[in-house]
Amino acid sequence: MRRHLLSAADLSRDDALLVLDTAEELATVAARTTVGKLPTLRGRTVVNLFFEDSTRTRTSFELAAKRLSADVVNFSAKGSSVSKGETLKDTALTLEAMGSDAVVIRHSWSGAPVNLARYVQGSVVNAGDGTHEHPTQALLDAFTMRRRLGRLEGLKVTIVGDVLHSRVARSNVLLLSTLGAEVTLVAPPTLLPVGVHTWDAAVSYDLDAVLPKSDVVMMLRVQRERMGPGGERTAYFPSSREYSLRYGLNVRRAAGLQEHTVVMHPGPMNRGVEIAPEVADGPRSTIVEQVANGVTVRMAVLYLLLGGAEPAIGSAPQVSRA
Amino acid sequence: MSWLLQGVRPYGEGEPVDVRLVDGRIAEIGAGLGAGDSRPYDGRTSDGTGQVLLPGLVDLHTHLREPGREDAETVETGTLAAARGGFTAVHAMANTDPVADNAGVVEQVWRLGLEAGHCDVAPVGAVTLGLAGEQLAELGTMADSAARVRVFSDDGRCVSDASLMRRALEYVKAFDGVIAQHAQEPRLTVGAQMHEGIVSSQLGLTGWPSVAEEAVIARDVLLAAHVGGRLHVCHVSTAGSVAILRLAKAQGIDVTAEVTPHHLVLTDELATSYDPVFKVNPPLRTASDVEALRAGLADGTIDVVATDHAPHALEDKETEWGAALPGMTGLETALGVVAEAMVVPGRLSWRDVADRMAQRPAGIGRLATHGRPLAVGEPANLCLVDPGAAWTVDATRMATRSRNTPFAGRSLPAAVVATFLRGGRTA
Repeated sequence: MRRHLLSAADLSRDDALLVLDTAEELATVAARTTVGKLPTLRGRTVVNLFFEDSTRTRTSFELAAKRLSADVVNFSAKGSSVSKGETLKDTALTLEAMGSDAVVIRHSWSGAPVNLARYVQGSVVNAGDGTHEHPTQALLDAFTMRRRLGRLEGLKVTIVGDVLHSRVARSNVLLLSTLGAEVTLVAPPTLLPVGVHTWDAAVSYDLDAVLPKSDVVMMLRVQRERMGPGGERTAYFPSSREYSLRYGLNVRRAAGLQEHTVVMHPGPMNRGVEIAPEVADGPRSTIVEQVANGVTVRMAVLYLLLGGAEPAIGSAPQVSRA
Repeated sequence: MSWLLQGVRPYGEGEPVDVRLVDGRIAEIGAGLGAGDSRPYDGRTSDGTGQVLLPGLVDLHTHLREPGREDAETVETGTLAAARGGFTAVHAMANTDPVADNAGVVEQVWRLGLEAGHCDVAPVGAVTLGLAGEQLAELGTMADSAARVRVFSDDGRCVSDASLMRRALEYVKAFDGVIAQHAQEPRLTVGAQMHEGIVSSQLGLTGWPSVAEEAVIARDVLLAAHVGGRLHVCHVSTAGSVAILRLAKAQGIDVTAEVTPHHLVLTDELATSYDPVFKVNPPLRTASDVEALRAGLADGTIDVVATDHAPHALEDKETEWGAALPGMTGLETALGVVAEAMVVPGRLSWRDVADRMAQRPAGIGRLATHGRPLAVGEPANLCLVDPGAAWTVDATRMATRSRNTPFAGRSLPAAVVATFLRGGRTA
């Protein structure tokens, strides 16, 4: 990595640690200023190109860029030329011509950020593409774990839920294994991808067997359309009730966790389905911290990509995986 | 006009000979024929071995896009591409707009081919009205039309209803037709983007599992056996499909199958680029599937190579992977790719290539004047291959109107250098 952040796999161990350390520094420095802003990216333009609704992620990137004094343009597919049939390529070339330095892209199709990176000179940051990846979410999750538990090396992280459709799970498995954590994926077999055995993670169908050994339990959102009865696609499991019984983090299960174990969720939550409200709001939960840390980590990513330091994240200026 | 092909080697065998073409037929084959008033064609190669003379290639699976998507291809441009690729006949798939599900459309396409004159066009008729998979199209009327349709296919879609498939296989027996099945179980492939496996799990692209093809082929060979109908399986892509076909053939079931050039050399790893030029249906599979397909083609389990030439306009390919249309062009690269995958490694001889790319496809399509032996008196539908002329594929320098070749920049080991249709040079 290098000019873009398209996948968590773009980050070497050193790259990832540099992002996390930079985030710590930025948080400290920003807290010391009276306005909470740093002048680092003054005069630079960051475009938030959101083809899929996500108020939470867009706001997080917007705040991150603004705290670095960058100019921010929010470009959402709705009400723009995109909804009139303009292609991703045309949109990219237009933004480029207007002088954007970085494009933060959220898209419903896997791989769209990779396509975009072929068309633009500036940096591209993947803010979530289809069911592929969401690398800044993985970075903020790692940042949160390290703050809470003091380390990442050797940490036992359990990720529970719809791994098949989760970009958060993909990025987390890649980043956490790079950083030396041990990941276990827990899900009904229907919600695990066919190739999951090649991932750098253990797999279990039995949540109760895995929970007591976990330092971190990360619950993934389960989308309504995955549940029975099926529409175009056959449902992946019979009912939300059964899912909750077998894979939900309820009060009983949470009570059996180790003292120090933290509970995470990338949001938005289905309270009462994958996570009980008492657990989501309890002392183990890092869910609100994750949101705050998201801004800090995204500041670090933008800072490093836009030349706030030499070298930027990584070294060789090449398009990875392209 | 008559031609004298000098210093060529039929099927790439033996010493170079001269071949005279007169009045659309092969008139003479022999060493040192005098040119007389024939126009000479110099078939000598720089290494002195002589160009390989093959029967004109026959494609069982071509999308010419006309009528409906003339921006992607027309009968004129598609058949010119075919001639450049060594083909003297192509079967034009039915998924046009309007669909070729009636005598009017198939006759129109057939006539456009005749007018273009680059190669013969044998229209494929749709199995079901509008490719909707609900009601049989008027197969007999298309068979009896001027286009003389013998191959019927809903290609692009699977005839997934077992009862309808059975009726189609039975019905076409009356006029010696064949049902060419696009084997894809639709419920197992909702939203499918690429081969389901290790790579799809990494890329977060919805998987197209091998079993969705294999389950349909297994069902269809049993149906064909039950009713005694003629089944052809389009673009076989998995090792499991090859195994099922091998078993079916061993039991004497009347089934034939094709493989595309791209499935003989490309794998799902290419999707990691998210470049939609590698998006195709059925999808690129794994290296072990590629090996099984090559073995199946070599031992005859897979009867023919068919291009599934699928031109697409730039805007349908220069987009996100999920939004892009599936398909690759193939007419102008087919012979070179087969040379790379099969001839160079010694798994097919040039005579075998003539069998898999001319004789057998012509037989399946019931084209009486194509895929004939290289012998005096036979129709002069021929192509010439320089087996040592490596060339680099350039998407911008092709006869097809579209640029979606997955082989751009690739060096292919052999080149088609001339094509003759009924004794006239078409490329």
